Amino acid sequence: MELDTVLMSRLLTTITLGFHIIFATIGVGVPLMISIAELIGIKSKDSHYTMLARRWSRGFVITVAVGVVTGTAIGLQLSLVWPNFMQVAGNVIALPLFMEVFAFFFEAIFIGIYLYTWDRFKKPITHWLLSIPIFIGGGMSAVFITTVNSFMNTPEGFEMENGVFAAVNPIEAMLNPASPSKIFHVLSSAYVTCAVLLAAIAAFMLLRKRLSARASAYHKKALKFTLITAFVFAAINFLAGDVSAKFLADEQPEKLAAAEWHFETEEGADLILFGWLNEDNEPTGVIRIPNLLSFLAHGDFNSEVAGLEETPGDEQPPLWIHYMFDLMVVIGGYLLGISLLYLIVSKVKKWNEHHKWMLRAIVLSGPLAFLAIEFGWIYAEEGRQPWILRGYMTVSEAATTSSHIGLMFLLFLGLYIVLGTLCVIVLRKLFRHNPVEEELEKHYPTIEKGDES
Amino acid sequence: MSYEIIGLTVLWIFLYGYLIVASVDFGAGFFAYYAKITKKDHIINQLISRYLSPVWEVTNVFFVFFFVGVVGFFPDTAYYYGSALLVPASIAIILLAIRGSFYAFENYGSKQSNIYMFLYGATGLFIPASLSVALAISEGGFIVEDGGAVSLQYLELFTSPLAWSIVGLAIVSVLFISSTFLTFYASYANDKPALKLVRNYALFWSTPTIIAGLTTFIFLSQHNERHFQNMMDLWWMLGLSVGFFMIAMWLLYQGKRYGLAFISVMLQFFFAFFAYGIGHYPYILDPFITVSDGATHPSMGIALIVAFIGGLLLLIPALILLMRLFLFDADYVKGKK
Repeated sequence: MELDTVLMSRLLTTITLGFHIIFATIGVGVPLMISIAELIGIKSKDSHYTMLARRWSRGFVITVAVGVVTGTAIGLQLSLVWPNFMQVAGNVIALPLFMEVFAFFFEAIFIGIYLYTWDRFKKPITHWLLSIPIFIGGGMSAVFITTVNSFMNTPEGFEMENGVFAAVNPIEAMLNPASPSKIFHVLSSAYVTCAVLLAAIAAFMLLRKRLSARASAYHKKALKFTLITAFVFAAINFLAGDVSAKFLADEQPEKLAAAEWHFETEEGADLILFGWLNEDNEPTGVIRIPNLLSFLAHGDFNSEVAGLEETPGDEQPPLWIHYMFDLMVVIGGYLLGISLLYLIVSKVKKWNEHHKWMLRAIVLSGPLAFLAIEFGWIYAEEGRQPWILRGYMTVSEAATTSSHIGLMFLLFLGLYIVLGTLCVIVLRKLFRHNPVEEELEKHYPTIEKGDES
Repeated sequence: MSYEIIGLTVLWIFLYGYLIVASVDFGAGFFAYYAKITKKDHIINQLISRYLSPVWEVTNVFFVFFFVGVVGFFPDTAYYYGSALLVPASIAIILLAIRGSFYAFENYGSKQSNIYMFLYGATGLFIPASLSVALAISEGGFIVEDGGAVSLQYLELFTSPLAWSIVGLAIVSVLFISSTFLTFYASYANDKPALKLVRNYALFWSTPTIIAGLTTFIFLSQHNERHFQNMMDLWWMLGLSVGFFMIAMWLLYQGKRYGLAFISVMLQFFFAFFAYGIGHYPYILDPFITVSDGATHPSMGIALIVAFIGGLLLLIPALILLMRLFLFDADYVKGKK
């Protein structure tokens, strides 16, 4: 039974976080996109951009609400499902948790103001100013909560005396070794994901038949804007991934080794993509890129990379995280590639960047980006198994002892299914019943019909 | 003053803040539903949604703020309350989720749905009920620690008159606070029909509120003698609470100065809530957690207090801006913006 409560605790946290990060990512990235679009709209007096900001923010409200309620859930579940963990680690991570709430508070206030004041100010720029605290608040809450997670990977900022934390230094705990690379990667991936999500929506709309010239011009502008941003963030995100890999090689070699099925410590290690493990635990059917792992780990093709053999057997993460890592990296490459391709195609006069297949590939990148977020997150979390506090406390020591946890899992699973379904239905209804042509007509009757094509 | 007392005081103020803003919100949900089934929804729905839509997230954050703060300052609370409250708190989360999603979905058709309006109204009463269970538990006697496992004694809890009277008090207080606020808001918006309706609600719910307050006090004396005695020593605070209640009633009855009436209600609850909280000292959870033993490390406590101050310097101007734009902007309240 003991094992069961631990497993159910893990599953409950997995579904809650797995569901929450979709909305959390949107909460971090979309406000920035809205803000940039609104600013361009004001500066260039191009009301298409203002309309983009308006329509995005209307959809954003719905995702924010789901993000808020699931965020509240995970906030409480930390104590409910992992009471032993919070009793111990709470001494060291209370500060960033608390600051995260402050950042969120700040964001919540200004979201309310921003959404209900579109036409209340004389100067449009006043309204735009209100968007700044929203994306800063969203970004800062991501930063603070990521430091908490980083602490669980590389605990620092305390001394251990007789099994209890002593001499706690909250700032040092926040700025633990994992924080910089994690924050960089979390923020950049949230931004690229949201840019790609909005691009996928624009591409999806452009693929529809019987699109008026006016709506088509609007969506084409949206596509161009989102893909340029997506390209910039995807490139930054790639760099962030590289920084993260180098961090892992230095501080958490077992996580990188398990992800790469790199068992023996060696120089000039190969990067392994996909494949499977045969009965002798040897990677089979893999794509092997010579010496790349060494480069990824230390920036030198012949450097030595620690293998999984250096970690005691009962402290090794599960080997299936290899697939999570591969999928994340491949999708990251796809996002960078597709946005680059679009930019090249649109520069060459003879080619058509709105070709059916191009648009389809862009639509595909939206869901893929969210999958990459999930894969990457599963990789990062499973990669520190069996620890909840690496080196200090295992997951099974931390979980609740309550036998009701299984029932709670089912209850929350039901809740997320209902919330997810409602969210999709409402979003669809919202945009179906309020097509862009009508809204442009209503707010900006002066725009020339389709100012390109 | 030691850092743990400062921390606890700030947290208690935040819990009080949540009590007020959440009551307005939860009660409004109930009244919205009640108005719908009595075919009066057209009178007050506009009023409610104009106030609540921009601020519901802020209400929610007050709550998050409190529990994150408590766990931060007193990590033992995570262990005891976290282990014991898995079921009731999970139910509260789910109710909060249903309610939170209502705000997102309301603009897009859920208003017409009877089921959703029912859920919105029902959660308005169930959430305070489920959250107030934590207050009953803090009085001691409901949690057993046995061999490293903490569990809640459900039978004792469900048969406890104190627990039920706290739940009852929570529900009627919510309705009373909310209707007084809506009365003030309706008069500010110069909305006569709505004012008439919500003023009647406020007058109606005042009596059960004061009765539930007294019963809870009596059951507390039987359940936790120490806490009761401590509160008796703070008789002047309880007296002030009753005094402000009388002032609020007088103003509501006279039908004037509704703003002052709402402030009186706020002060009524302020004194009662703080008398209750101070009387609880030195325990946070009787008898497992005391304020001094349960506190976090001094370095973390001080860091948290610094974060409090920094955060409040950002928050207070933002909250003032929010209130000036929505709550106290006469044109907005009247529906012109």
